[in-house]
Amino acid sequence: MFPIVHTRQLSDAVFEMGVLAPAIAAKVKAGQFLILRVAEGGERIPLTFSDWSAEDDWIRFIFMRVGKTTHQLSHMGVGDSLADVVGPLGVPTHTEGVGRVAVVGGGVGAAVAYPVARAMCEAGAEVTVILGARNKDLLILEDEFRALPLKDLVITTDDGSAGRKDLVTAPLKELCEAGALDHAMAIGPAIMMKFCAATTRDFGVPTTVSLNPIMVDGTGMCGACRVSVGGETKFGCVDGPDFDGHAVDFEELMSRQRVYVEEERLSDAEYHLECSCHT
Amino acid sequence: MSHVDDTSAPAETPRHRPSRAPRTPMPERDAAERARDFDEVTLGYTEEMARGEAERCLQCKNPTCIEGCPVNIDIKSFIGRMIEGDYRAGVAVLKERNALPAVCGRVCPQEEQCEAACVLGKKGEPVAIGRLERWLGDFDLACELEQRCVPEVGADSGKYVAVVGSGPAGLACAGELRRFGHAVTVFESLHATGGVLTYGIPEFRLPKQIVQAEVGLLEEMGVEIRCDVVVGATYTLDELMSAEGYDAVFIGNGAGLPMFMGIPGENLNGVYSANEFLTRVNLMRAYEFPKADTPVWRGRKVAVVGGGNVAMDSARTAKRLGAEEVFLVYRRTEEEMPARREEVHHAREEGIEFKMLCSPAEITGHDGWVTGMVANRMELGEPDASGRRAPVCVLDSDFVIDCDTVIMALGTRANPLLTKTAPDLELTKRGYIVADEDGATSKPGVFAGGDIVTGSATVILAMGAGKGAARAIDEWLTSGSR
Ligand SMILES: Cc1cc2nc3c(=O)[nH]c(=O)nc-3n(C[C@H](O)[C@H](O)[C@H](O)COP(=O)(O)OP(=O)(O)OC[C@H]3O[C@@H](n4cnc5c(N)ncnc54)[C@H](O)[C@@H]3O)c2cc1C
Ligand SMILES: Cc1cc2nc3c(=O)[nH]c(=O)nc-3n(C[C@H](O)[C@H](O)[C@H](O)COP(=O)(O)OP(=O)(O)OC[C@H]3O[C@@H](n4cnc5c(N)ncnc54)[C@H](O)[C@@H]3O)c2cc1C
Ligand code: SF4
Ligand code: SF4
Ligand code: FES
Repeated sequence: MFPIVHTRQLSDAVFEMGVLAPAIAAKVKAGQFLILRVAEGGERIPLTFSDWSAEDDWIRFIFMRVGKTTHQLSHMGVGDSLADVVGPLGVPTHTEGVGRVAVVGGGVGAAVAYPVARAMCEAGAEVTVILGARNKDLLILEDEFRALPLKDLVITTDDGSAGRKDLVTAPLKELCEAGALDHAMAIGPAIMMKFCAATTRDFGVPTTVSLNPIMVDGTGMCGACRVSVGGETKFGCVDGPDFDGHAVDFEELMSRQRVYVEEERLSDAEYHLECSCHT
Repeated sequence: MSHVDDTSAPAETPRHRPSRAPRTPMPERDAAERARDFDEVTLGYTEEMARGEAERCLQCKNPTCIEGCPVNIDIKSFIGRMIEGDYRAGVAVLKERNALPAVCGRVCPQEEQCEAACVLGKKGEPVAIGRLERWLGDFDLACELEQRCVPEVGADSGKYVAVVGSGPAGLACAGELRRFGHAVTVFESLHATGGVLTYGIPEFRLPKQIVQAEVGLLEEMGVEIRCDVVVGATYTLDELMSAEGYDAVFIGNGAGLPMFMGIPGENLNGVYSANEFLTRVNLMRAYEFPKADTPVWRGRKVAVVGGGNVAMDSARTAKRLGAEEVFLVYRRTEEEMPARREEVHHAREEGIEFKMLCSPAEITGHDGWVTGMVANRMELGEPDASGRRAPVCVLDSDFVIDCDTVIMALGTRANPLLTKTAPDLELTKRGYIVADEDGATSKPGVFAGGDIVTGSATVILAMGAGKGAARAIDEWLTSGSR
């Protein structure tokens, strides 16, 4: 069992959680993920490490409430325990020698972008962070990002309620045009990553994306997480989650993410029925 | 008429008069009924049936059956104890060589092993050794823990051994190490123990309760089990031996890397590796969805590619999830199929359709989902390296199989996750760990066995390898040599 030692609500649907997991905390690197199961009978879901402390034995992750498992998680608190936490999984993000880099975080992708941007700063990169959200209330981790030694922090919202009224691709394109980038890193919904990669392609700026295919074991055993990169099939969990954004088949990724929409809806509906019986 | 020819030895003990009854059939559930649920297909002998079947054994002076078993269980003796009615003694004989009799009695390919070597098989039907083994194994499992045959744990040696993987190889190794008195921790990457016994072989063939009871027994013997630890990620091999302080390591991490064919359309929705399909259903219990949280796509027309046990299990599982039609697409003929005969027979009974001599060329789709498969007809040519006649493609013979789901049961290979982080471990060209017959690898103190050394094989071979390695580890720990 993995005791929960910290929870924080970051926005209406986004939460941060910390659990004790000494062996994992000693090993994590930016860009890696964990797989957790809330309880017996639960699904195995992947989430990215947002923070960790080897000294104090904890790890943290940030999740958006989207379906049954993340709903359950959002109702748990300090004193509860998670049945299973496995990790660290996946290849760490390449943070050394990236030079002038733009890290783009869309929606809950900001959670993944944060440790990556921090690690790049520590490695001496010149980091511009672009944070995008639909509106002000969905914007997360702004203070944490401001505390990093960034070159710049650009905020965009769809409705202009915070920062620029724009999509993240607009400031990204400006940086490309100014010739101010050696590298870009995009983390968020597949559609956002697809457009970021399309934006940088014309300028020849190498772009890494952090993919989120559906997973089961996370160790290369099942192949659920297959993604096509440059015409080759890769396993997202062990070959990634980071891949060359200019070579990823995003249409396939988005299609594969939708396999279980019907089942997810059913699962979530049943859960809400149960929940309402208990209150 | 006698069942024995005169050259094979007569009964050793004059008291035992072998019965000449035909082989006792295994009671099993009606095919139409069982193909709708996940309960076990075969019901097992009653005590009376088991005694009756045991009575058929001639108790040969030269029991050839023993040679047929990869771990040389003293078959004559365990059946002898059954004839006498001393079941606990029978269990003890089994456990000398086989830590999981209730498992092997169910899943061993007996018709190629022990039963193939039984003298009775020369002229008639061999003794149903596997079913008797299963009966004794179940007898043991049904006993209260105090009554069970728990191997004696050796005096504390002060040595610590890490076992990677809780499949048959790892479990057998862990149990044996405890008998030598070494402290043992089993590290398992999934949240549940048992390896393929848990995530691969379906409930209707091997109830998970049996696997869990056997693991419980190991814990009773003092084996510590730590799930959710991926060796190669959470700890590397070197970290286990340095920071974590283990004196030796046994690697039994199996061959968990699914193969695909590399044909167009393989990443469409509705295409599964057998590993994913079976893991969702068995380990994650997707057949209980939405009671269990993990879903599985339930196809109406399912094509399973392959001809081994894995293909058979996938096809029968798909049927149980409600598929109207399930095809088995195999490039040779039924004769060459590597699956156990019993499973092929059961699959046929349950209405699985066999499409022999065809090989998929492409999976077609619409809107990201599978709509069918284009396959080529094959014919058998000259024998290949495996001695089986190699399938060759018939020109311009492609045809379409209408289906909405494809399950690739093409076998597995070595998963590099652990070995990538252990560069000083010698591997074969295909990524398997090189180990001698005792399981010793190129790295001092590190041993390996099971599918990660041999490639996909059988439960009993993996267990035998785990057990053998435990003896070598004991020697290494006590004498410092191997
Ligand atoms: C490597 C990786 C890192 C991720 N990091 C984060 C993160 O830091 N924060 C965050 O909020 N989300 C992250 N995700 C997504 C997160 O795993 C899903 O949101 C979560 O699984 C949803 O579970 P649910 O039961 O609440 O929702 P469901 O209703 O089951 O699913 C909602 C959607 O989530 C996705 N999903 C569902 N099950 C899985 C699964 N087993 N594996 C992957 N995706 C799934 C599907 O696209 C699905 O349509 C990450 C995904 C991956 C692959
Ligand atoms: C569907 C299916 C049906 C089969 N049917 C039969 C049958 O009827 N009869 C028969 O004799 N054989 C059968 N087999 C083959 C048999 O199951 C295997 O040969 C046997 O299980 C191999 O045992 P093992 O201990 O070497 O590996 P596995 O059973 O694969 O166990 C390995 C374990 O190690 C864990 N692991 C892997 N990597 C790591 C890591 N890095 N860190 C920690 N843990 C790790 C895995 O999660 C797993 O639990 C079948 C196989 C399959 C897939
Ligand atoms: S372990 Fe398998 S091969 Fe050996 S006697 Fe038992 S059933 Fe036969
Ligand atoms: S099982 Fe067959 S070979 Fe073995 S002792 Fe009995 S009759 Fe002889
Ligand atoms: S999640 Fe199973 S192989 Fe990647």
